[in-house]
Amino acid sequence: MSLSPEQIRQVAKLARLELNPSLTEAYAGQISNILELVGQLSAARTEGVGPMAHPLEMTQRLRADEVTQPDQREAFQAIAPAVQDGLYLVPKVIE
Amino acid sequence: MSNANWEVVIGLEVHCQLMTKTKIFSGAATAYGAEPNTQADTVTLGFPGVLPVLNHDALQMAVKFGLAVDAQVAERSVFARKHYFYPDLPKGYQISQYELPIVANGHLDIELADGSTKRIGITRAHMEEDAGKSVHDAYAGQSGIDLNRAGTPLLEIVSEPDIRSSAEAVSYLKKLHQLVVYLGICDGNMQEGSFRCDCNVSVRPRGQKEFGTRTETKNVNSFRYVEKAIEYEIERQIEVIESGGKIVQETRLFNPDTGETRSMRSKENANDYRYFPDPDLLPVVVTAADVARVRSTMPELPEAKRNRFVEQYGLPKYDATVLTGEAALADYYEAVVSTSGGDPKTCANWVITDLLGALNKLGKEIGDSPVTAPMLAGLVARIADKTISGKIAKDVFEAMLAGEGDADTIIKAKGLVQITDESAIIKAIEDVMAKNPGQLAEYRAGKDKLFGFFVGQAMKATQGKANPDALNRLLKEKLAP
Repeated sequence: MSLSPEQIRQVAKLARLELNPSLTEAYAGQISNILELVGQLSAARTEGVGPMAHPLEMTQRLRADEVTQPDQREAFQAIAPAVQDGLYLVPKVIE
Repeated sequence: MSNANWEVVIGLEVHCQLMTKTKIFSGAATAYGAEPNTQADTVTLGFPGVLPVLNHDALQMAVKFGLAVDAQVAERSVFARKHYFYPDLPKGYQISQYELPIVANGHLDIELADGSTKRIGITRAHMEEDAGKSVHDAYAGQSGIDLNRAGTPLLEIVSEPDIRSSAEAVSYLKKLHQLVVYLGICDGNMQEGSFRCDCNVSVRPRGQKEFGTRTETKNVNSFRYVEKAIEYEIERQIEVIESGGKIVQETRLFNPDTGETRSMRSKENANDYRYFPDPDLLPVVVTAADVARVRSTMPELPEAKRNRFVEQYGLPKYDATVLTGEAALADYYEAVVSTSGGDPKTCANWVITDLLGALNKLGKEIGDSPVTAPMLAGLVARIADKTISGKIAKDVFEAMLAGEGDADTIIKAKGLVQITDESAIIKAIEDVMAKNPGQLAEYRAGKDKLFGFFVGQAMKATQGKANPDALNRLLKEKLAP
């Protein structure tokens, strides 16, 4: 499977990655190679094999519905870049 | 073409917050209205190295819902990461279920305006975590983030595109709302966002098999808004198509102030969620024994309760429907019937007309009623044993509402005990006859409808306390020429 530079730009946009335009071609080649490598898996015979959700043969443990985490806002906000009125401040996001 | 030539196709996605004490994947509290970020622990904040652990009760509630809509409860379900970039979920992804949800293939029967029933398919219901809240306007160039709500367990309930009008959509939503509240898995508070709806709407020319292109209107949080948003979308889509345009698959937002929807993002810019199984969580296994345990805790559901009320108490379907609208109201009614010794229909009238009327005026819920079930039962009992008449009972009820005590206290304090002593009633009748010789003569001359006049006067003379049956009988005797 081979990706075009245009597809690379789209993927970067969706992943919110800033792309150096001069490297677009190079990334297209490299990522295509990776996909090809992973693509070899499709040669494996998988009839009758259920999809694996986790490599461990275990099931999820459950937690009792009890409050175990006290309020530690002060400690968490002491290491946040910007806070006000108890809120974490981030660069403005409006869709 | 008019709207009659178009068929509307609607599917609804409902997010309902599950009523757990803590978050779906951590032991932080989920109480509504706490100070910002005081319920946001390291898991909620997406600190490196922390691990999510599934809340036992959230899982039970999801299973409970599955059983209530006659769905398949998956023996094995899997959590997946759904990626999007927004600071209301600091991890950079929402933990949800994708390919293997906990609940699949259920249904809910709704009643249509003409009294018929329609089955709406429920494609799936899956568990996921809620996001935080953003404040956009208060800080220059910045957004404030409150992550208290992030990680609150949600059950997303997805319907089949079986709904054909805004009225059906509202009917489905109300039924679903009633159900999750009955099950005790959601508080149903729509203002607080505990139950919110995304509406998928499309139109197609009548007779066409393929669905039209749909739009999704997000986060509509009242029944009325859902109706308005859908109506607006139907009109808009028909207009676009009839004027030669094309519907774009997109996400839209409903503005309650204008009653309009507007485009939020189109499909081309749609997020690529890059779903994959969350390696931090193992597959969730629910055994047949687990399901049986949950089944044993299932409450009687609204429909079953309504049918039982019709059969057991001989109530009209309307009364039974009103009384079983809320589990708390149904319990109230049953407490009144079982302890008052009154006739079930009389009890139903008191609860539906007097109690609900009063609560409505006071703006109170059944749980906060100033007249408790034992109090109303006490009142109905005094009517049943003929201590007071139904008419006097209305005054006693008002006094109970005003906090003057229980029925017996009020009846005693106000001297309202019904007069059954016939000599006292006869004396009152004779007084009335003596005071109204003209009416008496007319009555005896054949003007039968004056009987009501004498009943009224005699009742008045006894301050309404005369036993109505005895009064009627004695009046007839005395008035006879």
